[in-house]
Amino acid sequence: MDRILVCLKRAVDYNVRIRVKTDGSGVITDGVKMSVNPFDEIALEEALRIREKGETGEVVVVSIGTDACQQQLRVGLAMGADRAIHVRTDQALEPLDIARVLIRIAEAEKPGLIMLGKQAIDGDNNQTGQMLAALWERPQATFVSELTISGATATAVREVDAGLETIEFELPAVVTSDLRLNEPRYVKMPDIMKAKRKPLTTTELEELGITPQTRVTVLQTAAPPARQKGKMVADAAELVAELKRMDLA
Amino acid sequence: MGRILVIAEHDGSELNPSTARCLSCAGDFSGLDCDVVVLAKDGKRVCEQAATLHDVSTVIRIDHDANEHALAAVQAPQIAKLAEDYSHVLGPSTTFGKDLMPRVAALLGVAQVSDIMSVISPHSFQRPIFAGNAIVTVETRAQDMVVATVRTASYQATADGGKATIESRALDVELPTHTRYRGTSGSGDGGRPDLQSASIVISGGRGVGSEKNFALIYQLADRLGAAVGASRAAVDAGYIANDHQVGQTGKIISPDLYIAIGISGAIQHITGIKDAGTIVAINKDADAPIFEIADIGLVGDLFTIIPELEKLL
Ligand SMILES: Cc1cc2nc3c(=O)[nH]c(=O)nc-3n(C[C@H](O)[C@H](O)[C@H](O)COP(=O)(O)OP(=O)(O)OC[C@H]3O[C@@H](n4cnc5c(N)ncnc54)[C@H](O)[C@@H]3O)c2cc1C
Repeated sequence: MDRILVCLKRAVDYNVRIRVKTDGSGVITDGVKMSVNPFDEIALEEALRIREKGETGEVVVVSIGTDACQQQLRVGLAMGADRAIHVRTDQALEPLDIARVLIRIAEAEKPGLIMLGKQAIDGDNNQTGQMLAALWERPQATFVSELTISGATATAVREVDAGLETIEFELPAVVTSDLRLNEPRYVKMPDIMKAKRKPLTTTELEELGITPQTRVTVLQTAAPPARQKGKMVADAAELVAELKRMDLA
Repeated sequence: MGRILVIAEHDGSELNPSTARCLSCAGDFSGLDCDVVVLAKDGKRVCEQAATLHDVSTVIRIDHDANEHALAAVQAPQIAKLAEDYSHVLGPSTTFGKDLMPRVAALLGVAQVSDIMSVISPHSFQRPIFAGNAIVTVETRAQDMVVATVRTASYQATADGGKATIESRALDVELPTHTRYRGTSGSGDGGRPDLQSASIVISGGRGVGSEKNFALIYQLADRLGAAVGASRAAVDAGYIANDHQVGQTGKIISPDLYIAIGISGAIQHITGIKDAGTIVAINKDADAPIFEIADIGLVGDLFTIIPELEKLL
């Protein structure tokens, strides 16, 4: 295949302890560390490995959002992507509109694979890849922990509730990554320098002819009910006594 | 008035407990009738099981060779076709539902609401974001069909005792052939209770130390009739198969009793057990974050504590 398209979402870093604004209007993101959504980073790593095996010509990273997304695209370029596409918008797009934008990019780039994380760790929606595959009318392999390309077909091992499911599908297709697909490489300093010279093109969302819609409105954001710290017991006997008292053993 | 369609999850012969939990959620949409659809190669047995669940009007049986295994690309166009007669389409937030429902929504040109944990009104719901560290109340447009997944850990299974009619239907939709099922390997776990519906779960983490040592966790689980879970670190280290993982990217569970052994309590793990009745933590590090949320904590070495527990239980 000529190329793989990998979608990178700028998301709050997974180490950040998120806090809800007291007025219920959202979560605090000011001054919070932002990173590439970890699942997307894994998708990119896999695409790079496929390229290293000679099974694709290039890896193109895409991000949709504000100018700040270019930071994440630069990380992608430093990891080894060949070029980057930034679709600029200040609006927060819903998964269905993200999928519609990606279809536009796919029409222009004609990738053999579009790879994304199975979910973003901010909204935890787990939708974009599936929606994209539906609109593209192509196969989807979600929650993938092993991927093998052989010519015009691919085999994926999927992490499902019952264990590991294997499917075979024709390319082009959409693949969403699970955590165990690989361990992303560390970016080295010279790669960051090199990434600055790699092509990054910006397209305004409007130029793609897509008008985002608000289908789902967030009315309120609240902190979850907290679990209270319970009691400590001294030994196994006390633990069992406590469980028996609670009718649990 | 609307009508709800619940997508049955099954393995060809048994209805998955997630379906009965979805039906509980459907019951919270007051006044809406609810049908269940079973897509299978031969759905007779699964339809009969679904028909006994409480408050189901009709079980729709769609038999087709292409439905032998649940492939989202094959099922989605069938469900999108059926959805024309409904205001709401619900599936479980298991890997089955998460794979399928967004594809259905996109075919219908509507949004999908993930992980409903409570129903406020027919178009307004609560759902978790940021690994459960925030809960949002969302509202969909009144004119849009609602396509959603139900966070199964937030709902009890609906009762039996229903007598729904079973109606066979054939759909005139073109099904893709670009995706083929090749098999599933699961631990099966030797007839032990299912992790997602067990009332007691015992999980081991990195502290367990090896695949061999996990036998200790299994022994204790068998003593209590419990299912066995694990942290991601334990799965990544190869101590136990992936289908045991509990947490943000594993299974979200709500047992009456959860016992975490040698698990530090990372936020992504806690997400999976927030709805448990009672959480017990056993860890040799008194400062482990798991103790902040545990109802009962015991500081000590798991290799001495587990044998003691076995004797006492
Ligand atoms: C995007 C993302 C998603 C994730 N999803 C999940 C998920 O779904 N589920 C999940 O679990 N994790 C998930 N993680 C990983 C998570 O952050 C932690 O790394 C993981 O949960 C740690 O597992 P652990 O507690 O077993 O290991 P550790 O954190 O290493 O803890 C081991 C514990 O064992 C204790 N211990 C060691 N020896 C003994 C002994 N002899 N007796 C008693 N106690 C002992 C130690 O004191 C320690 O507290 C995710 C991470 C990311 C970034």
